Amino acid sequence: MFPFTQKHKIAFNLKIYFPYPAICKACWQLTIISKIKLVVVSARTYADFTPQASFDIKKCDVHKLEEGPPLQAVLTREEGLQYYRTMQTMRRMELKSDQLYKQKIIRGFCHLYDGQEACAVGIEAGINLTDHLITAYRAHGYTLTRGGTVREIMAELTGRRGGIAKGKGGSMHMYTKHFYGGNGIVGAQVPLGAGVALACKYLGKNELCVCLYGDGAANQGQIFETYNMASLWKLPCIFICENNKYGMGTSVERAAASTDYFKRGDFIPGLRVDGMDVLCVREATKFAAEHCRSGKGPILMELQTYRYHGHSMSDPGISYRTREEIQEVRSKSDPISMLKDRMLSNNMASVEELKEIDVEVRKEIEDAAQFATTDPEPPLDDLCNHIFYNDPPMEVRGTNPWTKLKSVS
Amino acid sequence: MAATRLFLRASPVKCSLTGLTGGVHSSLGLTLLKLSPACTAKPQAQRRHAAHFTYHPEPAPSQYGPTQKMNLFQSVTSALDNTLAGDPTAVIFGEDVAFGGVFRCTVGLRDKYGKDRVFNTPLCEQGIVGFGIGAAAAGATAIAEIQFADYIYPAFDQIVNEAAKYRYRSGNMFDCGKLTIRSPWGCVGHGSIYHSQCPEAFFTHCPGIKIVVPRGPVQAKGLLLSCIADQNPCIFFEPKILYRAAVEQVPTEAYQIPLSQAEVLQEGSDLTLVAWGTQVHVLKEVAAMAQEKLGVSCELIDLRTILPWDTETVCKSVVKTGRLLISHEAPVTGGFAAEISSTVQTYESTWIFKFPPQPHKKVTARESKYLSLYFALF
Repeated sequence: MFPFTQKHKIAFNLKIYFPYPAICKACWQLTIISKIKLVVVSARTYADFTPQASFDIKKCDVHKLEEGPPLQAVLTREEGLQYYRTMQTMRRMELKSDQLYKQKIIRGFCHLYDGQEACAVGIEAGINLTDHLITAYRAHGYTLTRGGTVREIMAELTGRRGGIAKGKGGSMHMYTKHFYGGNGIVGAQVPLGAGVALACKYLGKNELCVCLYGDGAANQGQIFETYNMASLWKLPCIFICENNKYGMGTSVERAAASTDYFKRGDFIPGLRVDGMDVLCVREATKFAAEHCRSGKGPILMELQTYRYHGHSMSDPGISYRTREEIQEVRSKSDPISMLKDRMLSNNMASVEELKEIDVEVRKEIEDAAQFATTDPEPPLDDLCNHIFYNDPPMEVRGTNPWTKLKSVS
Repeated sequence: MAATRLFLRASPVKCSLTGLTGGVHSSLGLTLLKLSPACTAKPQAQRRHAAHFTYHPEPAPSQYGPTQKMNLFQSVTSALDNTLAGDPTAVIFGEDVAFGGVFRCTVGLRDKYGKDRVFNTPLCEQGIVGFGIGAAAAGATAIAEIQFADYIYPAFDQIVNEAAKYRYRSGNMFDCGKLTIRSPWGCVGHGSIYHSQCPEAFFTHCPGIKIVVPRGPVQAKGLLLSCIADQNPCIFFEPKILYRAAVEQVPTEAYQIPLSQAEVLQEGSDLTLVAWGTQVHVLKEVAAMAQEKLGVSCELIDLRTILPWDTETVCKSVVKTGRLLISHEAPVTGGFAAEISSTVQTYESTWIFKFPPQPHKKVTARESKYLSLYFALF
């Protein structure tokens, strides 16, 4: 007879009278269940889980580098659960947004990130929250990893006052501290990122800027101008090309003379990384961050990833690629499944534990969606604020010259 | 948001509107405001509207041969089809044009004419226009598409510094007159900041190019064919909200509508309304409302070509009516209405005298005062 010091998984329940004997599923200990209400659903004998494990990751192709990131990554249980939770949150958030869009609760443009979760989570794991990041319009995932909450993100999508940009930005214009958005014009964010990197170098805080763009944007002229400036002035800038194989509806072969996006920086060293594996992305980002922080200048990473949805909600995503292709990627390379398999096969977590996380995530998303649907829209007083920086407030013409709105900043 | 400039000559002779002297600023404004379909005098909570106007198709033109029912994007396809058929040097290129384009303007052309004549470019507006200028200079009829007018700015340098000035700076040795740039333009309801812009005002500041905005399918096909045939680089903005909404009987054969000629759609005696693109249809409704509710007879002019614009037609109309209202979707400050209003003011025969007194080119004998009012229709 052992005292009920640990919570055990109950094999069978003879809930007749308290106290009653029971046998724990995990450790086959005979225990006496006292009058405490028993809602044990998962094993909590932490001693049974592997605290950390080492995984082989894909070798990264390199360009103008002696060696690439390490071929093995160490994952601790806590890290694994955290990555899982974040990726699952991202996935469910995007799917919920899809649903809300189809119900016309979210309007305008909506570019979903599901399938690419490993990129956002892996990058964040490789840098600090005090580093800077800028990306294009497929930004919901990054808003989450950079400190935004699901509530704020979803309220922004529905255009309510609780949104992260006060409901005035929408899907493409989300920002947090050290996250510069959320930019609609393709390729325009890259020179901005170099500017942020210059400020990092100038202010000497050992910070860097991660500057993301897609495979379509990789053909924009201003990106090459940025490569030149960043390299010339040795800016601490990690250029990351998220290659999801399609620039809207155009496959990379039909858009680019060279699809080796990691080599396009020419004089900038480059890495090609498996963007569906969160550990691979993390190691590569750590490697790149080290490169930048040691003053060697910019570095370019190409993350080979995939998006399950079309370019935006108005694109079904199957006119330029087959359903089979999407299914194949989902079954073979899904980032969440990959992490889950790794953790389960190394006994770093249990199925029930991960299911519990799923349930919690689902609830969080439901609450956020509820908030996003019921929160009121921004008040009319807010409409014209922040046009200029002005003190005292200025008057702005409304939809007719007899309604004057106030602009405060 | 649309901006409208209203000029009144506050002379009781021509005017049948009430409350013109003195408190005109508020009462006239409010009167006109109540007419406006899309806004109310007091700001309210947001209401979602469908399109803010109804499209009324014009009667089929009889002088151009057999017609077929087409909407705006189909009329554009028809124009491009006629061009590719008749001109062996014609090429169409832009982002995603090969499969038909994001607005279906180039559907079927690649299959019909081959992939060397209808092809995609990578995502690089500056490259697209620069490339187009070169192709045109070398003798090909180049029709470039910029996917949304909002994305035309990387190509601004190419258009203003290269295309517009090519003929002049080479002493007529070279030109890129065979270049036409087409781009979806204007508000569509859900476009927000990067899918709704009307950048014509930026380009009107540049001599050497022509800017054209059609109001419907028949106009679009004729004007586009004129732009392509014109020996100057042209920018053709297509109102994207009309792509599906505007359906008319459009001639299947090629025909041209002359550039730099405004069209008087409706004769009137009290007020001249000037607009282009989508706003023409809004003002049509305004004119009807004004006639019905206030007994005001409006003359409606579609400018069609923004640069170089038809000053004669507009100014003659203002001479007749004494009042001018211009409506456009772009912001008020620096919008093209400012240019029109300034030209009309300085036009010799309009006999308009500014109040409060300001430096003016022509001083007239008549003691008429005029006021300018701004209001936006949405």
